[in-house]
Amino acid sequence: MTTTTATAPVVAASRRHPKPARRTTHSGIFTVLGVIFLAIMLFPVYWMVNASLQPSGNTLTAEFFPWNPSFAGYERAIADQGANLVTSLVISLGSVVFSIAIAAPAAYALAQFRFRWINAALLAILISQMIPGIVIANALYTAYNDLGLLNSIPGLILADSTHCIPFAILILRASMIGIPPSIVEAARVDGAGLVRAFVSIVVPVSRNAIITAALFSFLFSWSDFLFALTLTTTEGVRPVTLGIYQYLGSQVANWSAVMATAVLSSIPAILLLVLAQRFIAAGAVGGAVK
Amino acid sequence: MSVTTVPPTEVPMSRRRDTPPPARHRRRFTLENVTRILFVVPAGLFLLAFFGYPVVKNVTMSLQEYTTRTFFTGEAPWVGLANYATVVGSQLFSPALINTALFTIGSIAGQFVIGLALAEFFRRKFPLSGFLRSMLLLPWLLPLIVSSATWRMILDRDSGILNETLGSLGIISSPIPWLTSPSVALIAVVLVNIWIGIPFNVTILYGGLQDIPEELYEAGALDGATGWKAFWHITLPNLRPVVSVVLVLGVVYTIKVLDIILGLTNGGPANATQTLSVRSYQESFVNFEFGVGAAYSNILIVISLLFAVIYLRANRRAVDE
Repeated sequence: MTTTTATAPVVAASRRHPKPARRTTHSGIFTVLGVIFLAIMLFPVYWMVNASLQPSGNTLTAEFFPWNPSFAGYERAIADQGANLVTSLVISLGSVVFSIAIAAPAAYALAQFRFRWINAALLAILISQMIPGIVIANALYTAYNDLGLLNSIPGLILADSTHCIPFAILILRASMIGIPPSIVEAARVDGAGLVRAFVSIVVPVSRNAIITAALFSFLFSWSDFLFALTLTTTEGVRPVTLGIYQYLGSQVANWSAVMATAVLSSIPAILLLVLAQRFIAAGAVGGAVK
Repeated sequence: MSVTTVPPTEVPMSRRRDTPPPARHRRRFTLENVTRILFVVPAGLFLLAFFGYPVVKNVTMSLQEYTTRTFFTGEAPWVGLANYATVVGSQLFSPALINTALFTIGSIAGQFVIGLALAEFFRRKFPLSGFLRSMLLLPWLLPLIVSSATWRMILDRDSGILNETLGSLGIISSPIPWLTSPSVALIAVVLVNIWIGIPFNVTILYGGLQDIPEELYEAGALDGATGWKAFWHITLPNLRPVVSVVLVLGVVYTIKVLDIILGLTNGGPANATQTLSVRSYQESFVNFEFGVGAAYSNILIVISLLFAVIYLRANRRAVDE
């Protein structure tokens, strides 16, 4: 067989010749089936939205559709968790900037420079993705305690970047391997230094891969729960994931507020899936290494 | 080797050049070479500090009596393997080990079978198939704690929609205490984790299926291999490298799952959903026995690395074939 490179899913459109018979006779049935499968898979998401709009705050009386939507849950959620949402946003954005700034040059070096130890470095990056988060949390808690980074936004940005940097390096490298060295060399001949050539040639050419890496880094940091749980001890800095967890401990009587917070925390994922689908598709396949 | 799984995004795949890069300078420490090194130094330092250091620190911590006192006195006496003895001697150790295995195997089996079925289904191009397939990714992109919270509501014994539906359909006569009974809690947690893992499996397996040339099926059809026969004799053998990658990665990522279990059951009821990573978390951050927590972590690392080795071999085979 041909290689299993995952180039295929991304450019899958190129291989599109299923047997015509299959396509014409049954395609309508398949679409109906597909919609049913999707409806089953996404039912929990629907139920989350539905519950967030229920007035009683109690799932016992939940209707299948919020005929009389109430926004009391959202009012409560924003009052309780608004600040945490902002904290999550700041941490996620910080983590995106930090991760891309660190990963992009390294990815370029691993893609185009001829270092002897590149394979060893790639192996280390692959393995680093397999290290359980609790191992990192254990060690960081003690280190952060000494460094005064507990309960701090920079501390969480750095910790969350462990979700992002190895992934970003791998996905960026895979794209930067395809950059023809001649276009960089042309800039070099014109007198640009290596850094300048990287910033003005490599980065623009890799724009799509960088967007993919940035979007996923955002999602990874936004979703982080483990570091939020272990590296904060006060209410000062509290990402919304931890806010939901604490809600679960104390507020299960008020499900509409919990679910309203859950819906608000899902907005980035939903937005990205709808607005940035092609980047997500690329990253999802790259996600094989995540 | 990572190329097996990472797509070369939008950039056209041009062949790598055959001529070496401008290595005209023979001397090692030219400005050029130093700049090149500087491209990787930040990433290298980060990986050392946030992956290398924690691994080493966990090993040393696991050999120390590292408790709340340590944070005040700075003393962490060496205790040899005492923490490991505590772990292995603990009443919770073998249940946690068994739960980890059941959780992992159950999750992977469910995700894989459903994932493969859906991938095979979406392989037929029908109207909206691409759109439906990408919408399927949503459960995978949501924060795990959001999924946990939602499922906790759905699985609620008295007012959850699942019991309500099963009850009104007459499938169950009394509500099932999904998350509150030790005998079903692990099953419930596995079901939720299957739901979360399906999109990942569909995506990767779908990619693998796309790589199987249609001609193979056409040739097979001539020999009478259609339907299930084609699946067994053409699809599965050709998909094998991708399957091994999906399964091993699935294991590596499932073994360390923590968010879902903490969100759904917190390791309860009656320790029915304790796994190695939950134990590690609770020893370190609930009991403040960092030495014992680190010992649990290290056991987890050893298991993960074992599978990492299998993964790398499977992956290499995938590249070779």
